[in-house]
Amino acid sequence: MATVVAVIASTHHPFFYKASTATGEDRPPFADEWVRKITAFRETLTRAKPDVLVMVGSDHFHQLWLDNMPQFLIGKAPFYDANWYNEEREFGMPRMLLKGDEDLSAHLLREGLDRDFDLAFSNELRIDHSITCPIITLRPEADLPIVPIYTNIFAPPLPRPKRFVQLGEAIREIVESWPSHLRVAIIGTGHLSLELGGPRQFGEHGPDPEFDRRAVEWIATGDLDGCLSEVTLDSLHSPGNATHGFMDFMLMMGVAGAGAKADYVDSLDLFHTMEAYFTWYPNGVPTA
Amino acid sequence: MSKYLVNKFLYTVDRDPDLVERYREDPQGTVAWWEAERANAVLNCHTGEASTWLRFTDEERDALSGHDHVKLFELGAHPFLTLTLFIAMFERDHGPLEYQMAYGARLQHFSRPYPDIAT
Repeated sequence: MATVVAVIASTHHPFFYKASTATGEDRPPFADEWVRKITAFRETLTRAKPDVLVMVGSDHFHQLWLDNMPQFLIGKAPFYDANWYNEEREFGMPRMLLKGDEDLSAHLLREGLDRDFDLAFSNELRIDHSITCPIITLRPEADLPIVPIYTNIFAPPLPRPKRFVQLGEAIREIVESWPSHLRVAIIGTGHLSLELGGPRQFGEHGPDPEFDRRAVEWIATGDLDGCLSEVTLDSLHSPGNATHGFMDFMLMMGVAGAGAKADYVDSLDLFHTMEAYFTWYPNGVPTA
Repeated sequence: MSKYLVNKFLYTVDRDPDLVERYREDPQGTVAWWEAERANAVLNCHTGEASTWLRFTDEERDALSGHDHVKLFELGAHPFLTLTLFIAMFERDHGPLEYQMAYGARLQHFSRPYPDIAT
């Protein structure tokens, strides 16, 4: 059976690519520290020596639209083009082409449906920065096949936080039941407190540093009970109007498992939002 | 209320470079043209079929025609769509992050809960 060699949860920040490649006067003052932290985070994936990446993210109204909105969708295609005109325009994101692993996609779809997750699928999916940001930060070679999984954290009505956790738990079990010798890393990105298009946007810190502190603690310690007892669809409006993206972190806590302490934890307080990086090694920390 | 249609306008304009410029230069004309010609197009579908019932309320049409992002927020337009498109149109006229900060400042009178964005 396949081995889950790493579980990684991260914020996705579309400005990292631009900030990290900028030079001279265009380079923001926080870029060097950010690059240092990302380079160390990247090493946590590299040393797990993955063959395939399961990538959990959320389409930002690119391919998925309100006339036909899935709650959870799995890509099943041999290739995925990536990034969109408005991401090039606003963030300077590059165009990319990633390989898919259709066999793992098919396995996740079949087994997920059989476990009562009514998963949508797509045979032609152009992915966006929620998936390409972690490729850029964690595997810039973009050389490994992926299985993209999209969640709806964006267009209400949304599934409840508990459902994200349950799907994460199922994804872990399903990957581990995949008849393959391959080494799989499961990577998902979301947000801590975040405000977009509202009065609290683009502040000196994230809109709710106290929420961020507690969220990092929940994730780092695998405190699913604590997290689920406080986080609801309603409560997530309070830390910032885009904070429902935190449910992708909750999904990843489900992948890592209740009580699983992260083997690697780091964060970076930026203007507008806090970055946070977590890695778990379900089968022990790999030796160099 | 046709929040969905307001979002559809923001979404379809945002993804088309020519329409972004056209909406920036001629908001009233672009909104009128779009409502007449594009509002009923079924997106992500082959052409030749269309809906028949979609139109803006007067308040929505005025808000879009006036580039009034504060009113759009009040009406429950999706804040991500509004912000993304307005940055595309107006960030260029300002220094780094100036436009984004001013945009937030103009919304300061809203307290929580914010207007409902569910469609």
